[in-house]
Amino acid sequence: MAIWLNESSRIVVQGMTGAEGTKHTRRMVASGSQIVGGVNPRKAGTEVDGIPVFATVGEAMKETGADVSVVFVPPAFAKDAAIEAIDAQIPLLVVITEGIPVQDSAYFYAYSVESGSTRIIGPNCPGIISPGKSNAGIIPADITQPGRIGLVSKSGTLTYQMMYELRDIGFSSCVGIGGDPVIGTTHIDCLRAFQDDPETDAIVMIGEIGGDAEERAADFIKSNVTKPVVGYVAGFTAPEGKTMGHAGAIVSGSSGTAQAKKEALEAVGVRVGKTPSETAALMRDLLTGS
Amino acid sequence: MDLFEWQAKELFGKYGVPVTQQVLATTPAEARAAAERLGGPVMVKAQVKAGGRGKAGGVKFAATPDDAERHAQAILGMEIKGLTVHNVLISEAADIGEEYYFSFLLDRANRAYLAMCSAEGGMEIEQLAVEKPEALARVPVDPVAGVDEAKAREIAAKGALPESIRDQAVDVIVKLWDVFTGEEATLVEVNPLVQTPDGKVLALDGKVTLDDNADFRHKEVHDTYRDNSATDPIEVRAKEKGLNYVKLEGSVGIIGNGAGLVMSTLDVVAYAGADLGGNGDAPKPANFLDIGGGASAEVMANGLEIVLSDPSVKSVFVNVFGGITACDAVANGIVSALAMLESRGEALTRPLVVRLDGNNAEEGRRILTEAAHPLVEQVDTMDGAARRAAELAKAGGRA
Repeated sequence: MAIWLNESSRIVVQGMTGAEGTKHTRRMVASGSQIVGGVNPRKAGTEVDGIPVFATVGEAMKETGADVSVVFVPPAFAKDAAIEAIDAQIPLLVVITEGIPVQDSAYFYAYSVESGSTRIIGPNCPGIISPGKSNAGIIPADITQPGRIGLVSKSGTLTYQMMYELRDIGFSSCVGIGGDPVIGTTHIDCLRAFQDDPETDAIVMIGEIGGDAEERAADFIKSNVTKPVVGYVAGFTAPEGKTMGHAGAIVSGSSGTAQAKKEALEAVGVRVGKTPSETAALMRDLLTGS
Repeated sequence: MDLFEWQAKELFGKYGVPVTQQVLATTPAEARAAAERLGGPVMVKAQVKAGGRGKAGGVKFAATPDDAERHAQAILGMEIKGLTVHNVLISEAADIGEEYYFSFLLDRANRAYLAMCSAEGGMEIEQLAVEKPEALARVPVDPVAGVDEAKAREIAAKGALPESIRDQAVDVIVKLWDVFTGEEATLVEVNPLVQTPDGKVLALDGKVTLDDNADFRHKEVHDTYRDNSATDPIEVRAKEKGLNYVKLEGSVGIIGNGAGLVMSTLDVVAYAGADLGGNGDAPKPANFLDIGGGASAEVMANGLEIVLSDPSVKSVFVNVFGGITACDAVANGIVSALAMLESRGEALTRPLVVRLDGNNAEEGRRILTEAAHPLVEQVDTMDGAARRAAELAKAGGRA
């Protein structure tokens, strides 16, 4: 099962002919993903490593049966790329691009909600991997193995760190939802999907300062999630009013603090680790019953 | 990027939002000249990016140019919430009949925008939201549909702005929406929006936050309005080098890859420092620096240079998880970075604690061990490495 992405997923890459697009397409192929096409209107009809390039997402879907698109195009063109994919009704759109103006993201997110047929993951995210099945994005596939933990995180490297620390137990799916102020798929969406996924036994949820997504996730867990959840929140020492790397990672006044997020999660029974390693250890204890 | 009041109102004026005439002054003499030029009574307003300027004595009414000069003398150089006042805004003093509140902002939770409008203006929005929540209308704005006249009318009605000025208010709201979208803001706030005794609507104070990600589409405005006077000089240099650096107050320099991992590293170092104790001088992180997924030798060298340019740094913790870039490449990067710094004439005297984990970690560690740089110490776990870096900082950088 896994969530949203599995062995039968057929992936196209928007921006496959660019340097990053080509590099990560090769990595996705190497990790066993079915990459069925690329999209670039100026290079339609050519190939990259034998993978055909199409003019539009719609054409690529028609020709290949693609149901996932991964976007690597630069920030200035990301909105148009996303709208094109949404118009083509791609079921899953993974936007890797970092640095997209937030009004562009807000527009294409609202547009996707209106169209009702596309789930967006990202932007500014590492993507989604269902280890051993498929990998849509830039998450390194060889640091973990298939298993029964579900992982959702705002941060890329903390996702990798957790996948690696718990590699002996393994993961059903890992979703990097991204650190921008406006993102398509939220912690709550992932928690709901993991709760419903028969191949997921427990969930690791990684958050960071900024906004109140973790607090809302805690509310959701309270009434909707029966599977055990272990949490981690980064940014306890972040000063007020400074953006910490991710565009959305900012404590504004007294809102968006790591402490508030930790307290909200603990209040609904989520065990929250003090460090990534301690968080991994909590999950290990939980699953091995020690 | 947060703007100063004078910048916000300048943008308002550009979009046709009614504002008072204003002149920026950096000396008392300029303040006097500005008051003479504007003619009539003026307001002298401290330009700092903080609320509560009035309470701090940073906003004064001046009936004459003499008064304007005197007030400017007192306000210039004043500290408000830790920020030094370098400029005062001299603006026409308007007669105020009624005060209202208005803003457009990004609503992260709903991934849309929010218009907030109230007939009760003049106090801070946080206070208004707590004391009179029923008087503050919150109207969701769809990013695709935007704000047209009908939507503006709905917002003005929900905010209970008086009928007598409704048409004017609707016009102002549409123009503020143009500011919000045209300049790609995440906040446009007018507080107070006022009605003068003769029934005119005016934006008397403004707060605008622009989206840094939209920099490439608004380069001229962003470059003109960017103000580095309150920014740490190391942060300014880091930005010029394209590095994501935030100066903090401690003594353990931090370099890592990925924003989340670096934030986590700061926390782990702070915990380790607190465990070591000390009378208020427990080691703390000195900075945030995310060198990104690539972690090439050059980026690593630039990062080390920036971190070491902070004299309060006593030790450096390089915390890298090899994901996309495997650890052997990162280790080679560190070795070359150190050589690069030495060839630039940088005196390397402070110890580096390196933690490499993830892809090809064994090989990466072997490379660093073989390089045997006298200042580099390896610790295999993040928690252990944080502790070691804190210990070294506490010992004043001596191993």
